[in-house]
Amino acid sequence: MALLARLALSEEEKEMYTRQLRDILEYAARLNELDTTDVPPTSHVLPLSNVFREDEVGEHLAPEEVLANAPEREGGFFKVPRIV
Amino acid sequence: MSGYEAVIGLEVHVELKTRSKIFCSSSTEFGADPNSHVCPVCLGLPGVLPVVNRQVVAYAIKAALALNCEIAGFCKFDRKNYYYPDMPKNYQISQYDLPLARNGYLEIDVDGRRKRVGIVRLHMEEDTGKLVHQGTITTTPYSLVDYNRAGVPLIEIVSAPDLRTPEEARAYMEKLRSVIQYTGVSDCRMEEGSLRCDANVSVRPIGSRELGVKTEIKNLNSFRSLQRALAYEIQRQIEVLEEGGRIVQETRTWDEAREVTLTMRTKEEAHDYRYFPEPDLVPLVIDRAWVEEIRRTLPELPDARRTRFMEQYGLSAYDAGVLTATREMADYFEECLQHYPEPKTVANWVMGDLSRLLNAANVEITACRVRPAQLGQMLRLIDRGIISGKIGKSLLEEMFASGRDPEEIVREKGLVQITDEGALVAVVDEVIAANPKVVEDYRKGKEKALGFLVGQVMKATKGKASPEVVNRLLRERLH
Amino acid sequence: MLVKREIGAVELLQAVLRRIDEVEDRVRAYITVTREEALQQAREADRMLSRGEVASPLVGIPVALKDNLCTIGVRTTCASKILYNFVPPYDATVVRRLRDAGAVLVGKTNMDEFAMGSSTENSAFFPTRNPWDLGRVPGGSSGGSAAAVAAGEAVMALGSDTGGSIRQPAAFCGVVGLKPTYGAVSRYGLVAFASSLDQIGPITRDVEDCALLLRAIAGHDPLDTTSARFEVPDYASSLEDGLRGFRVGVPREYAGEGIDAGVRDVLMRVIGLLEEMGAVVEETTLPHTPYALPCYYLIAPAEASSNLARYDGVRYGYRTRDAEDVVDMFMKTRSEGFGPEVKRRIMLGTYALSAGYYDAYYLKALKVRTLIKGDFDRAFEDYDVLLAPTSPTPAFRLGEKTADPLQMYLSDVCTLAVNLAGIPAISVPGGLADGLPVGVQFIGRPFAEGMLLRVAYCVERRVGTFMAPLARDPAAAGCAYHGSGGDTAGRGKDG
Repeated sequence: MALLARLALSEEEKEMYTRQLRDILEYAARLNELDTTDVPPTSHVLPLSNVFREDEVGEHLAPEEVLANAPEREGGFFKVPRIV
Repeated sequence: MSGYEAVIGLEVHVELKTRSKIFCSSSTEFGADPNSHVCPVCLGLPGVLPVVNRQVVAYAIKAALALNCEIAGFCKFDRKNYYYPDMPKNYQISQYDLPLARNGYLEIDVDGRRKRVGIVRLHMEEDTGKLVHQGTITTTPYSLVDYNRAGVPLIEIVSAPDLRTPEEARAYMEKLRSVIQYTGVSDCRMEEGSLRCDANVSVRPIGSRELGVKTEIKNLNSFRSLQRALAYEIQRQIEVLEEGGRIVQETRTWDEAREVTLTMRTKEEAHDYRYFPEPDLVPLVIDRAWVEEIRRTLPELPDARRTRFMEQYGLSAYDAGVLTATREMADYFEECLQHYPEPKTVANWVMGDLSRLLNAANVEITACRVRPAQLGQMLRLIDRGIISGKIGKSLLEEMFASGRDPEEIVREKGLVQITDEGALVAVVDEVIAANPKVVEDYRKGKEKALGFLVGQVMKATKGKASPEVVNRLLRERLH
Repeated sequence: MLVKREIGAVELLQAVLRRIDEVEDRVRAYITVTREEALQQAREADRMLSRGEVASPLVGIPVALKDNLCTIGVRTTCASKILYNFVPPYDATVVRRLRDAGAVLVGKTNMDEFAMGSSTENSAFFPTRNPWDLGRVPGGSSGGSAAAVAAGEAVMALGSDTGGSIRQPAAFCGVVGLKPTYGAVSRYGLVAFASSLDQIGPITRDVEDCALLLRAIAGHDPLDTTSARFEVPDYASSLEDGLRGFRVGVPREYAGEGIDAGVRDVLMRVIGLLEEMGAVVEETTLPHTPYALPCYYLIAPAEASSNLARYDGVRYGYRTRDAEDVVDMFMKTRSEGFGPEVKRRIMLGTYALSAGYYDAYYLKALKVRTLIKGDFDRAFEDYDVLLAPTSPTPAFRLGEKTADPLQMYLSDVCTLAVNLAGIPAISVPGGLADGLPVGVQFIGRPFAEGMLLRVAYCVERRVGTFMAPLARDPAAAGCAYHGSGGDTAGRGKDG
């Protein structure tokens, strides 16, 4: 789970979080008391559909603005350590 | 083969050529300076939200219709969660369980047989940014990221595992490219990345109904790579099975240089994309009126156009196929016919000399300086005997380079064919006098010798003599 | 604002800044105070006023912004180490609207990290303290905004509410807080926590200010697909319409055990006042209420786990110093940059969405959400508004609930269901319990903010507004206030 979430945890942290998560999930299991067989899920509370924008080019950020917050950069690029 | 058959499915990504990206108004134009076509949304800054580009949906529907798909009445976007530095949000907005279109098909021709390949689904999603490495991805000490491409609209087209050979796979790709290109929603160029392909391949004993374990093959940069990679992988899998081994379900990369597929070893565990409906977007209700409106904008598609070319113009299947390979080429051809209605002649010139010039100069037919009207004009000049066919070839080159009218060039360069016998007789006699041995050969029965003499007359007249007249005169004079 | 003719924008701002100087070391409501920019904006406001250009009642009004609202050129941290140095190149839509209205932006307020929390103790930087009792929390996650308004360190503020984060701190600090209908206010530029639950809303000293601020920020935004198209009413103009015949439902699940006695007393008193004003008040039921908390604590972390995936050190924010490769960098950056509550929720959310568990957890929660919303729909067939406490207790002490996450989560029981249903709710001070403010919550149908403000206004007219001791006497050492009940301090708006 920690790898999926990209979190590096110490052994103690792993123990603590496991315990806390288990408590919370047990609590969450209460939901199973409810019969939701024919109930549709609500992913969106607003009954909106088909919201679009037109195919027009708008303003870009200037490259300096784009890179201003970059922790590491090289020229016009963001720089990251090796992938593999 | 060795009692095994291959089962191949292709996943194709096509970049749609809208002006702006799928979820923001940044430009999709190719080739800009790094990170110059980005905005807060496609950069994935904190707090931003996506808004769907209507034209992307329209283009996707158009492509789906061209592929005979059923368009969903209701579809939505989902988040596909995974981490990678070219993903600004570390999730991709895609479509999971309710895609835009399903159940289509594409008909391909392989070895004279027609085969229908099923298309399972077509959906919309956003593209990622680009990584630049020093050297290869495995040897580089660091990587650079450019987000210009992040958010460019893609459609993903998944075929059914109906393909059985690398040739069929290639035919499918070529046909798919042609069809999509005809609709105008994408340029479909593998070399530019607007058409990308991953292959899923497995093998099984002939006659078996079960599917073998499949591997996924990536890094296929051309149709040729696709074909070779599949051939290699099929062979590899057969060899593994025949030695009693098992196929590992994995992703492999095609190594172009060594012409082998290799395991891609990554730290990534089995992908759990944790799909869930995109809460920042609302669902799409696609009404039939909109679909029909888009259907009306579909052009005559490649197969139909090729058939018509064969029937209407009496062209061979091969010629019709070449001329309808791209919509632009077919349009050009038919526009030429408006000016010079002799299909076979036009076909020969377009497929022959003109295509040669286009390829050598790496120019698209749409940028060809020879306009259809001008080609027609040139062909009429030949018809009227004003220039010879041979002159026509070099005239075409000049037209291609300059874009000028043939009549103008002919006038300027004095290319008018010399047909006047009086003018030619003198030259003919000179050539006869200058080549006694050849004349003798001809009189002894060597037809080829005449050709040499004709050539000499042409040379002396700088190619302007009418070959027919010269031929006739020589024969007359030599008897 | 009448005041604007009496005192200028610069003067008003300076009064606010003086107050900040006096109390901020004790309250710590702000992460960033934008003194210079604010002065410039105040001067510009004065210029507009002298030219008679009063585009909006907010001209020259000092407003504080929760630090999860992107402000161009001004550090926006979400109270997290992972964004400690992030300077947005763009404004949130609500910020732009405030600028266009001529408001003066005082600074960015403290909050629970990424809005996850109910006490502002989860801020990576420091906790904010309640101006009513500096040993107590101001509530969360918009604790900084609520404290700033309560202490007079801003005239108005914006907060965000995902599970109660505007209403609960407003109640703890004795001020007014409103969570609009989902979609009424653009979320563009609000750093996302749970996309289907988040809303930005006003935190103010009184109901009229709340109405004015809401009007300035509400309305459709083409940059937010989930924002609704609707005509934004002039909320302030219908405040005085009265309550005769109004039907108020009090869901029994919100008034039973688990509610502090002092809180219940205030609730009862408010019920009495409503009846005096001609409203009909009855008990009603929202039967799925007990499931709101588990439902929320599956949906919100699930969406959050995805929304927070972007914090990886590549494009902005904190990046770990030594990483062997990119996966290592992602892991260390996030582990070092996020606090424990954030990590907890990310893992919880990741789990709820993971293969094999999606149906049992996330999907199930989405279905329960339908049932919870159904409860409200049914209740609104019989009632115009619903009434409940905002929080089961008044402000608790710092450190009191930090040991057990579940304990902290339980303080949201009165507010969560409202976010799940996407409906609007307002918290308005109803009285005091042991000298601490108690807020009562009115809940309405979608887009019924006008009605909520009207009811809240009527209550406010009767019980008055409340001024924290620190605001009345900034020099006070800040020990617990032991007063004897409501303070009707009128509606003075100056420092």
